Amino acid sequence: MKTFKSGGVHPPEYKDLSKGAALERMPAPSVVVLPVSQHTGAPSRPVVGKGDKVSKGQVVAEANGFVSVPVHASVSGVVVAVEQRPMQNGAVCDHIVIQSDGLDNWAEGTGVKREWRDMGLEKIRAAVRDAGVVGLGGAAFPTHVKLSPPADRPIDTLILNGIECEPFLTCDYRMMLERARGIAEGLRIMMKALGVNRAIVGVESNKQDAFEKMRDTVWADEGVRIELLKVKYPQGAEKQLIEALTGRQVPPGRLPLDVGVVVQNVSTAYAVYDAVVEARPLVERPVTVTGDGVARPANLIVPIGALIKDVLVRQGLDPKTKKVVLGGPMMGIALPNLDFPVVKGTSGILAFKKMPDFMPGPCIRCGRCIAVCPLRGMAAEMIKAIEAGEVERYEELHVLDCMECGTCTFECPSRRPIVHYIKKAKAEYAAWKAKKK
Amino acid sequence: MEGKEEMSDTILENKLIVGPAPHLGTKDSIPRIMWSVNAALLPALFVGFMNFGWYAMLVVVVSIAVAIASEAAAQRFRGVPITVNDGSAVLTGLLLAMCLPPNVPLYIPAVGSAFAIIIAKHAFGGLGCNIWNPALAGRAFLLAAYSGSIVMPQWPILKQAFRGSILGVDAVTMATPCLVLKDAPLAFFGKYSLGRLFLGAIPGSIGETSALALILGASYLVVKKYVNWRLPLSYILTVMALAALLPQAGDSGGTISIWAGTLTVGAALARALAHALSGGLMIGAFFMATDMVTSPLTSKGQAIYGAGCGVLVALIRLYGGYPEGVCYSILIMNTVVWLIDRFTAPNFFGAGRHAAKNA
Repeated sequence: MKTFKSGGVHPPEYKDLSKGAALERMPAPSVVVLPVSQHTGAPSRPVVGKGDKVSKGQVVAEANGFVSVPVHASVSGVVVAVEQRPMQNGAVCDHIVIQSDGLDNWAEGTGVKREWRDMGLEKIRAAVRDAGVVGLGGAAFPTHVKLSPPADRPIDTLILNGIECEPFLTCDYRMMLERARGIAEGLRIMMKALGVNRAIVGVESNKQDAFEKMRDTVWADEGVRIELLKVKYPQGAEKQLIEALTGRQVPPGRLPLDVGVVVQNVSTAYAVYDAVVEARPLVERPVTVTGDGVARPANLIVPIGALIKDVLVRQGLDPKTKKVVLGGPMMGIALPNLDFPVVKGTSGILAFKKMPDFMPGPCIRCGRCIAVCPLRGMAAEMIKAIEAGEVERYEELHVLDCMECGTCTFECPSRRPIVHYIKKAKAEYAAWKAKKK
Repeated sequence: MEGKEEMSDTILENKLIVGPAPHLGTKDSIPRIMWSVNAALLPALFVGFMNFGWYAMLVVVVSIAVAIASEAAAQRFRGVPITVNDGSAVLTGLLLAMCLPPNVPLYIPAVGSAFAIIIAKHAFGGLGCNIWNPALAGRAFLLAAYSGSIVMPQWPILKQAFRGSILGVDAVTMATPCLVLKDAPLAFFGKYSLGRLFLGAIPGSIGETSALALILGASYLVVKKYVNWRLPLSYILTVMALAALLPQAGDSGGTISIWAGTLTVGAALARALAHALSGGLMIGAFFMATDMVTSPLTSKGQAIYGAGCGVLVALIRLYGGYPEGVCYSILIMNTVVWLIDRFTAPNFFGAGRHAAKNA
């Protein structure tokens, strides 16, 4: 079984908590909050105002440039506010607040089936963009951009990412098990949009049944290969997955398309199918709700904009919960409160009652952070330079090329917040570079 | 609607903990590593007890006690949290005692431990910041300050307190294997059988004599990945190779010479084993050179570092003024660790050679 070459760790998986829970649609909450900046790229522009009536699937904020996507109402109801609020990452942007009327009336034109084989490339890309589809693995990069590679960089392989290497998360797994046909259709649509006749679906060996399901759903004569990979974190990282499946290495600062590859997440493939064939915009997404802080761990189809507290309370939130993480435990953000909405990039909501209690100690130079770094970075040396404020060395030490997967920090016996240091150092470097100019 | 959004505070009993990702971590910790290394030294310590009796254990106790006291005092003085229960001061004290002769006066381990902790460790910034292995720095200091008590096994003081050996080793008057190797290498195997050497029923420092016990403890650390096997292996193999092949004192009679082609495989092997099993090489290679703080960061760096230590040991033992070179070999290589780290940085993912291959 293949895997990526350098580094990696095996964190405890905790997937058993929720892997048996079938996908379940969360009914429309009374209120949804839609930030205009849920994707990587330019924030969308609000096109509704307070008091406007909206239907489900209606555009409430339009794309603002090529690397941008529209935002759609995820419930039908009334816009009660368009206001600036902080997002989970601390940045402030416009948020459109919609009070649901409980009817879930779809906007006109949604749900009208289309035959994608009759659609041209541009029409497919436009359908994906207009549906607001972004990468659902976490980075939330607009999908139509990845489906529009520049002419000078030919793509020969589409990789479908079914790795889900973050502990606790199981929603991609459930999607593969329950919605394999939609995913396969999305895959075919994307192969057409990219003009490739080769695709590889990567699934880790801890999801044997999902692997079999995908294998039985797509056919080898379509140029699609399903590959079972050895479990190792962070195999779901684009560069690691590309290396594991094709042997190609994406150089620092470059993109997968520089080595002829585009990577899309399995749930994104389903969203593409939904957008192109079902003509349904991205108004909901699969989210794993789990941890010892919820009574009923689940894989929910959650309306985008649903508040975290509404989702957690629905699954039986324990009042003794001490930490709530958005995303997986390796890269997710710990929330200061539960008033943030589920956005397009939210793959998991983890509630923890028991958190290990530890204090960071000094670096004892054990070198494990280096041994496990999937990018072969010298983490210990980076931190030494960062602590000494040697900004001019950040580039040669590849501080800026760190993908913040958390592997080093997970492995550190001294619990040093290495990734946190590196994130701060990147900002410091940007400021230093700007000043130098 | 606003009412609903204010609810968050009332849902939970406590304020949420925020902190940077990842929110999971290894179960390993500094105390776990340090105490494991301490535990891994116990077999060798036991052989030390069998060999040299209760007095040797008293040396160990004094060394550890002073190490703990020095650590607490230094940390108090520096105004940093006192972390004596993390096992690292205990380890320094234990290691220092294990490379002292079994019959030193008790002020020797006391002074050595204090120097190791206060000067070699805390003067440089405490755990993680020291350049030299504290225990070895302490030993080197003692060697310079009280050479009579340390190098020579025939030290005169406190003989009456020495209880003697269960294994039948005359640790007080018998020459150590290293000394024999230095002065009369041809007589070596006449004095010590291979079995005795391997088991450790020989004179020497308290914890260095038993290759078997040291390898046993070290294997546990290798399995736990607290020790990278490449380091001790490259260290020991380098010493063995050089000891086998380099011309040395015993060759002078002209009967054995690699240059004249009269060095037989058997003789070469005998020399290699004699050097591998004598003196502090085993404890040095497995427990001293592998100190995480003072050894290189990468596997490749550790292999190079081990080989460097090996070369220095061979040169000191075969041509230097001392019968033993393990302590200095490691201290000298400690000094160049930063240089090794710089030149053994791994090739970043997709950069350099790999990038060219992709193109």
